[in-house]
Amino acid sequence: MITVNSKKTPFTFESVEPESGLRAALAMSRADIIGEVGACNLRGRGGAGFPTGTKWNLAAAARVKAGGTKYVVCNADEGEPGTFKDRVILSEHADLVFEGMTIGARAIGATVGIVYLRSEYVYLRPHLEQVLATRRQNTLLGTDIGGLAGFNFDIHIHMGAGAYVCGEETALIESLEGHRGEPRNRPPFPVDTGFNGQPTVVNNVETFAWVACILSRSANWFKAVGTAKSTGYKLFSVSGDCREPGVYEFPLGITVAELLEKVGGLDAKAVQVGGASGHCIPASEFGRRIAFEDISTGGAVIVFGPGRDMLAVARNFMEFFVEESCGQCAPCRAGNAKLLEGIEMLQRGDCSMQYVQELLGLCETMQLASKCGLGQSSPNAFVSIVKHFKDEIMGRTLAH
Amino acid sequence: MLAGQQQRLQADIRALVGRHGRDRSALIPVLQELQTMHATISDYAMQVVADELGIHPAEVYGVASFYAFLRPVSRGRFVFRLCGTISCELAGKARVARQLENDLGIRFGETTADGRFGLEWASCLGMCDQGPALLVNDRVYTRVTAEQVHAIIDECKGTFGAHAPQAVHS
Repeated sequence: MITVNSKKTPFTFESVEPESGLRAALAMSRADIIGEVGACNLRGRGGAGFPTGTKWNLAAAARVKAGGTKYVVCNADEGEPGTFKDRVILSEHADLVFEGMTIGARAIGATVGIVYLRSEYVYLRPHLEQVLATRRQNTLLGTDIGGLAGFNFDIHIHMGAGAYVCGEETALIESLEGHRGEPRNRPPFPVDTGFNGQPTVVNNVETFAWVACILSRSANWFKAVGTAKSTGYKLFSVSGDCREPGVYEFPLGITVAELLEKVGGLDAKAVQVGGASGHCIPASEFGRRIAFEDISTGGAVIVFGPGRDMLAVARNFMEFFVEESCGQCAPCRAGNAKLLEGIEMLQRGDCSMQYVQELLGLCETMQLASKCGLGQSSPNAFVSIVKHFKDEIMGRTLAH
Repeated sequence: MLAGQQQRLQADIRALVGRHGRDRSALIPVLQELQTMHATISDYAMQVVADELGIHPAEVYGVASFYAFLRPVSRGRFVFRLCGTISCELAGKARVARQLENDLGIRFGETTADGRFGLEWASCLGMCDQGPALLVNDRVYTRVTAEQVHAIIDECKGTFGAHAPQAVHS
């Protein structure tokens, strides 16, 4: 059991009065709840950055098909390499997450909530079940929640089975329905046709926790922090070559250099922002901002110290994607394998610049033609490492 | 497979289906618990699950073979999954990997001859700030060193009923 959660800064989540967000929401109309979430411009904390208010609005407007219900799904399939903030949130602030889900249910009119928990976190399940049971006892789940007649909602936990691609919302829904986790074509979008064909909202663990904070404090409080396009605070999972790895809360818009100073990694030669599917930022660009309009991220920051071999880093990422590609579409299935092969050629030192250019062309094809975010973003690390570290990766000898 | 074993498997599957329901969405939870009980998902088991849920066995195989934590192969009573992803690599997973192979006497992807231990790579375990991370069944070990590997294996060997099927998580 993990007892060390490595929180490195205070979290806003600690100072928010429990259930104050839900209380406020229950006194508001559905439209007003969504209005508040929309007004603060909260964007998805899983990494894609879709505006939460817009998503909820669509789901609220969508019609339930015969005999069904709407669903609120919490995406706890935190599989992005370098990301672990959801683990910390679920271990220490599960109540806030469930509170946020309940607010979401009220806003869109859902009666069933599901936490899709990755199987690697199965040890968290007893704790989460306990928190849910306590909430049921306190009428924060179940029927007539918080004394509001007719507001019925309950949450159950559904375990994942070890597939990174299930973090993609339509693959997650496929998995919930008992199928292989293969992403669907979009449209239709889950807000209209999701779990069991019903309107479904899928949000990240952290997004739900922020919703509860926003309803407790106000949209203006949240909006006052961050940048115009990336409002609010964000949790960062920091790992790699730094003095203080762990989970940090910073306002969005922080520069890479500012972040490195706080975590004790100023001598870094590069930083991977956004996990394996994110971008590799060299020291010359440490002035850039971590925000949706500059370097977008779900919060993963992996620090590479001065001595690190960036080609070995690229290889590790590509091995990951070859393993985790669902195999459904050709650009991703074949493309990742080709890129890994190319990296192995570079490591052996028998790759021409012409072939590297061809691989970069393949990357473009993958980014354009892959069916889901996995194949669209898996070439990012390779592209940015080739771009910034050409002197390090070309003309190697085996002794390297 | 002996008739008695088949009957036991059938009874286990029926009990699981009774609990999770006959919906298609029950398939993965049923397979997960079945694997926990029997340490593997056999062809016969997939056939029975398919019959119980009213779907084709190929559908069951398709799902079981898709997920890293299911996969219809015998993988041992204790499954060692070492995180292979970048932060654990930076933290020195290579030496832990080597020592696991040495102390278990098998390579990654293999199971010991007595069926007790399986060794696999895992994609990111979400312990990036405290790597190298190792998952043994449901148990997480962090900041693992090559030196500690032997003690972790011993801990498993000393577990009561180490030869028996895994306990059912419900």
